[in-house]
Amino acid sequence: MTPFSGLSLFLKGLGGQKGWQRQWRSPEPKPAYDAIIVGGGGHGLGAAYYLAAEHGLTNVAVLEKGWIGGGNTGRNTTVIRSNYLFDESAALYDHALKMWSDLAQVLNYNVMFSPRGVMMLAHTVHDMQVAKRHIHANRANGVDNEWLTPEEAKAFCPPLNIGALRYPILGAALQRRGGTARHDAVAWGYARAADALGVDILENCEVTGILRDAGGRAQGVITTRGTIRSPRIGVAAAGHSSVVMKMAGVELPLESFPLQALVSEPVKPVFPCVVMSNTIHAYISQSDKGELVIGAGTDAYTSYTQRGGLHITSHALEAICELFPMFRRLKMLRSWGGIVDVTPDRSPIIGKTPVPGLYLNCGWGTGGFKATPGSAHVFAWTIARDEPHPINAPFTLERFTEGNLIDEAAAAAVAH
Amino acid sequence: MLLINCPYCGERPEPEFVYGGEAHIARPKDPDSQGPQDWVRYLYRRDNTRGVHAERWRHTHGCGRFFNALRDTTTDHFLVTYKTGEPRPDPAKATP
Amino acid sequence: MNEGLRSAHGGSIDRSQVLHFRFDGRPYTGVAGDTLASALLANGVHLMGRSFKYHRPRGVLAAGAEEPNALVTVRRDAARETPNLRATQVELYEGLDAVSQNRWPSLAFDVGALNDLLAPFIPAGFYYKTFMWPKRAWHALYEPRIRAAAGLGRSPTQPDPDRYATRHAHCDVLVVGAGPAGLAAAQAAALAGARVILCDEQAQLGGSLLSAPASPAARELPGTLAALAANPRVTLLPRTTAFGYFPHNSVGLSERLTEHLANPAPDAPRERQWQVRAREVVLATGAIERPLVFPGNDRPGVMLAGAARTFLNRYGVLAGTRAVLVTACDEAYQAAYDLQEAHVYIACIADVRAENTASAAARAAGIPVMTQATVLGTGGRLRVNSVELARCADGLVSERTQQPCDLVLISGGYTPSVHLHSQSRGKLTWSEPLQAFVPGAAIERVRSAGACRGVFAPEAARADGTAQGAAAAAEALDPQRSGVDPAHGAPRTAAAPARAPDGALAGALPQGGKTRRRAFVDWQNDVTSKDLALALREGFRSIEHVKRYTTTGMATDQGKTSNLNALGIVSRALERPIPEVGLTTFRMPYTPVTFGAFAGVARGDLFDPIRRTPTHGWAESRGAVFEDVGLWKRARYFPRAGEDMHAAVARECLAVRAACGLFDASTLGKIEVVGRDAATFMNRLYVNAWSNLAVGRCRYGILLRDDGFVYDDGVVARIGESRFHVTTTTGGAPRVLAMMEDFLQTEWPDLSVWLTSTTEQWAVIAVQGPKARELLAPLVDVDITAAAFPHMSVALGHILGVPMRLFRVSFTGELGFEINVPADYGAAVWEAVWQAGQPFGMTPYGTESMHVLRAEKGYIIVGQDTDGTVTPDDAGLSWAIGKSKPDFVGKRSLKRPAMNAPERRQLVGLLTQDPKVVLEEGSQVMAQPNAPVPTRPLGHVTSSYFSAVLGRSIALALVSGGRARSGQTLYVPGASGEAPVQVSPTVFYDPTGARINA
Repeated sequence: MTPFSGLSLFLKGLGGQKGWQRQWRSPEPKPAYDAIIVGGGGHGLGAAYYLAAEHGLTNVAVLEKGWIGGGNTGRNTTVIRSNYLFDESAALYDHALKMWSDLAQVLNYNVMFSPRGVMMLAHTVHDMQVAKRHIHANRANGVDNEWLTPEEAKAFCPPLNIGALRYPILGAALQRRGGTARHDAVAWGYARAADALGVDILENCEVTGILRDAGGRAQGVITTRGTIRSPRIGVAAAGHSSVVMKMAGVELPLESFPLQALVSEPVKPVFPCVVMSNTIHAYISQSDKGELVIGAGTDAYTSYTQRGGLHITSHALEAICELFPMFRRLKMLRSWGGIVDVTPDRSPIIGKTPVPGLYLNCGWGTGGFKATPGSAHVFAWTIARDEPHPINAPFTLERFTEGNLIDEAAAAAVAH
Repeated sequence: MLLINCPYCGERPEPEFVYGGEAHIARPKDPDSQGPQDWVRYLYRRDNTRGVHAERWRHTHGCGRFFNALRDTTTDHFLVTYKTGEPRPDPAKATP
Repeated sequence: MNEGLRSAHGGSIDRSQVLHFRFDGRPYTGVAGDTLASALLANGVHLMGRSFKYHRPRGVLAAGAEEPNALVTVRRDAARETPNLRATQVELYEGLDAVSQNRWPSLAFDVGALNDLLAPFIPAGFYYKTFMWPKRAWHALYEPRIRAAAGLGRSPTQPDPDRYATRHAHCDVLVVGAGPAGLAAAQAAALAGARVILCDEQAQLGGSLLSAPASPAARELPGTLAALAANPRVTLLPRTTAFGYFPHNSVGLSERLTEHLANPAPDAPRERQWQVRAREVVLATGAIERPLVFPGNDRPGVMLAGAARTFLNRYGVLAGTRAVLVTACDEAYQAAYDLQEAHVYIACIADVRAENTASAAARAAGIPVMTQATVLGTGGRLRVNSVELARCADGLVSERTQQPCDLVLISGGYTPSVHLHSQSRGKLTWSEPLQAFVPGAAIERVRSAGACRGVFAPEAARADGTAQGAAAAAEALDPQRSGVDPAHGAPRTAAAPARAPDGALAGALPQGGKTRRRAFVDWQNDVTSKDLALALREGFRSIEHVKRYTTTGMATDQGKTSNLNALGIVSRALERPIPEVGLTTFRMPYTPVTFGAFAGVARGDLFDPIRRTPTHGWAESRGAVFEDVGLWKRARYFPRAGEDMHAAVARECLAVRAACGLFDASTLGKIEVVGRDAATFMNRLYVNAWSNLAVGRCRYGILLRDDGFVYDDGVVARIGESRFHVTTTTGGAPRVLAMMEDFLQTEWPDLSVWLTSTTEQWAVIAVQGPKARELLAPLVDVDITAAAFPHMSVALGHILGVPMRLFRVSFTGELGFEINVPADYGAAVWEAVWQAGQPFGMTPYGTESMHVLRAEKGYIIVGQDTDGTVTPDDAGLSWAIGKSKPDFVGKRSLKRPAMNAPERRQLVGLLTQDPKVVLEEGSQVMAQPNAPVPTRPLGHVTSSYFSAVLGRSIALALVSGGRARSGQTLYVPGASGEAPVQVSPTVFYDPTGARINA
């Protein structure tokens, strides 16, 4: 693997940039691997990388039905933060956040992690209570999160309108370590690093069946590129998890919803951070290219179409125009949709399944991108050792039966 | 914005409706006698079908009635809508 | 204006109406009907922009929506500044002020062009390979510089004062595009009796006919438009872009209303967004000419042949004086002929194809023609001054010639605009002769007509439009037809009639070997054919990967001119046919759409509806401070002069405890549950036992979700044997009613019960305090003595002659009543009660005091002291559960193991050791002092106030195993240090309930 650096770029530049190798190979599937990951998004590619880099499992394949990073990894708004309420969630997301900070160096691929600060607005007394509960809980967990007055919020994000709004801004919770990263680079960086360690990345390889032995143990998969055997199968198929796990007879508490996002035309730097408002449902940041990246809500109904209704987009832009009235004249350039897989408690499932040898990583809802390195890391651990890492131990499939939910959504419940 | 055919009112735009999740998940008649696995299936397990999905809608800003629909989750097109309590139609026979 | 560049006559401009405008501060003139681009060209200005990455000087390439280069900012005033507008679409008006973008200090001399010199070292994706050392430098050093260099125009910095409108519309047939096919389709559909909407992105309807005024269809255009305009079934929408195709034949249109006016009325909406639901849609979106990829193809003065033709025939502007045409198709020859007729010298036609009829005809007409031609480069800096042509056969380059010129016309054929068809999820099929994708099977009720499906010739397009319009109308008007049932993939239209291909090229012109010069594929994002090659070399194979790695097709033109050339280059390099390489999905919007148009009128107070209670005006007139609770505005406190919230709340609370207070509880949700089986229904739904609740009595009800967690609470009154008056939390009313309807309709349809939301029917006036009975008794016709009307009673009666439901309930712990009167009487009754209360020292109080008063009594607020993870037992409410009931919603879930774990967080009281310290709500509760980070907290403070009546702070908290910790000392860290607290019962005031039962 040719190392990436300013120097190599310069030297290759002298030669017309001709000397670069493929970032990852395009091998033919082997008949068997020590481990298979189903799903070539950030979580799956990352898990393969950590299996190889930290657990010595290099005879590994990642099976992707389309092109790697083509699912939610390449269809999100790249927000990264770890200020989740519950101890279990904070531990998981902060594990990821810490890994983000040197991911570019670890992978030798600039994933452009930019800790520009994530600010969550409070519009009501209830919002303030929820925000402060988060701040205190985060502090106890060693996760940075601080309260800003409206004026401080405005100073941190000058375009913000803190004047007379339908839902006035009463303050904000700011996680300074939060920020954004370049989504595609995460998939490619993991792919290149994993490939260099021997991992086979098999694109256009759709899993159509899961093989099990007489004892019920997972043995391999049937794919559009042939049957591939493996004693360990990790499924990280996001919105399609239900479809894949059904092949092994595992039923999931998941629903897949369309989630839309959009960007504006690029403009010169105008927006320094990430701003989110849960009450009026919008989030926004500015990409390095200059586009304002805006997230909308999910549509109400389950769907695999990767598109949603115009009213959902409109609602998000209503909120953006209300919070930032100077952006009203900017234009939507491009929109896209992802399929987010949502669990009843809005927390992911990472762990073993009722089928021995089959491991699951799904249910990230709208939180998947930010968790990528942490999720991949503990998932690899779980697959390699056949037992969960302490960080993902609470995120079992069984928690729904037991009632041990980690309910991030309920904790923000609006009432009174 | 979908156009949804309420069996009671006819076709109306999506904002008049509230999605009600997967259809034909009946609440067990005697919940106390349900084992843990059965109960959790009722509470949380969902088909999440990629294809023809039986689901509930409520015409909240109209007649207020719940009804069921078969919708293809790969195209978002409805195959048929039908009243609550009616059996799930055969998608092959459901005339669009 | 350079008179020599404007033709003497022709076109759809008004030469007599001279308009003055500025570009980069310099004054120019144009004429009515010009676009900014045509007016600048008429002034001899080709240099209109700088590219995104290399800051290369760029001229106008196209004449319409596909323009990648000529992006400008148009400024009306400080707040009305719009960046990134295509000069080809900016209609000229008197006083127009436009500035170029992405350059410093000036368009002609741009320091950013240094990037161009660095180009060998900053190829596609270079930023993934560097800027990684040291670790913090990316965010601190590199990224800010990259950001400053990126971006195009500047965002406005002031709030946009303009208005935007929204309209919903239905029609039988929506026709998108008013060129020959669209006009014919609209005519045919209207003739068949269909209600038609015809929209077109341009100011003038006519599409390609406007650029070909000699054609028969063009000559008939005025008559056609007049007939359509006169037809009441037809709505014509010029300046209206169909930008998005949504499910079930819902199409978004963006209509620009005032942008072309010099002095728009200040209250006129700037844009209107249409959401059209069409039974049938006919797409007649035309085709976009494809540029050719060769070294130096981005020099100002290199222009699409069709664009030059449009500038000439529509705007009367000569884009140059000495032109060379480089073409891969027949159609472009017409541009040369038209320009020649307008006295532009056509130096040469270079046809990349072999000898053909078009080349022979041109040669016969006296124009030098080179076939099997290629372009090796261009000369000039801010404007092209020469082009290097050569013959290229079998990979060998010969006959190099340098052609001086100031205009290079290029054409690689036409790409059908299949954007909307693809957005509708219709399939696309590859057409080898067109070297382009054309519409395949449809999913929605949509069909394509004319050039957008490869039927190019105006007369053929017109015939196609007529056929498609008539077919669409027939289907739309079919009496068997219902709504917009989808097409289910059935083909809607026959394949485009096969006809002799007149040439097209997707890919780069051959160079006969290596060249160091760059050939641009994506003009705006500066993606070259070398960048594509690099991406392929690095293993990016999927076209999506290539696109994302190189950013080709991701600029503000979304690849309208570049996508197919990129595909062609990738296809050739991979030696796989284009359809196998794939096509990236088209997504809305077709062209960029203003945010404000999506938001429409939803701004300020119209952002969300505001719900006000009947006493809102009264509270406002007394200086109440309001808070938002859901859509409601609720009075939070009533400060007197000089009081802050804490002082006001302390005064209000003490007044309630000492005398009486008046509180508006109208926002509480109210649901009337009526019917033979009402009690059964309530039994099944709420945790409480309702059968034994006597008529005239109330009970505190708790509603769980079926997963066992507290969902809502509220007082429920039994008004009659078969009638319950159920109250809910303010925010919970709609979801509780929805849940009730859900269970009633789908699980228990056997029950005879009716549910009615009565939230807004009743005004609820709470009179609370020891004097409440005394002041209220004279006003009501109900015996409210303690014996006759004990706590938790309800009675029907009258107050001052107004019918009422009188509750004796209390959320304060004091003797209290809640008077429910019809909302229309609310303000009057409130005022009367207020007057009656004056002798007793009555004080109005708001939600903040209500919160303190209830916390003093340990009453929970669902959503504050519970959060969706709290069971009744956690909240200390097990007593409310009807133990003998076989079932209620949530009961089974309460048996799950984790629901009864001893370490669950339970609601307790907390008393700070220092009574003056008020804990912050949300603070975490620790078992040990000075707990290290990280430490798992025991729980958190849910409610915390200073209690004036107790003279100390109080708090409620959810604490792990909390009830067993009674008396323990725990620790609550806060911003100003750690507070030791003692775990206490949740009731702080009047624990025996003597006052409430007074």
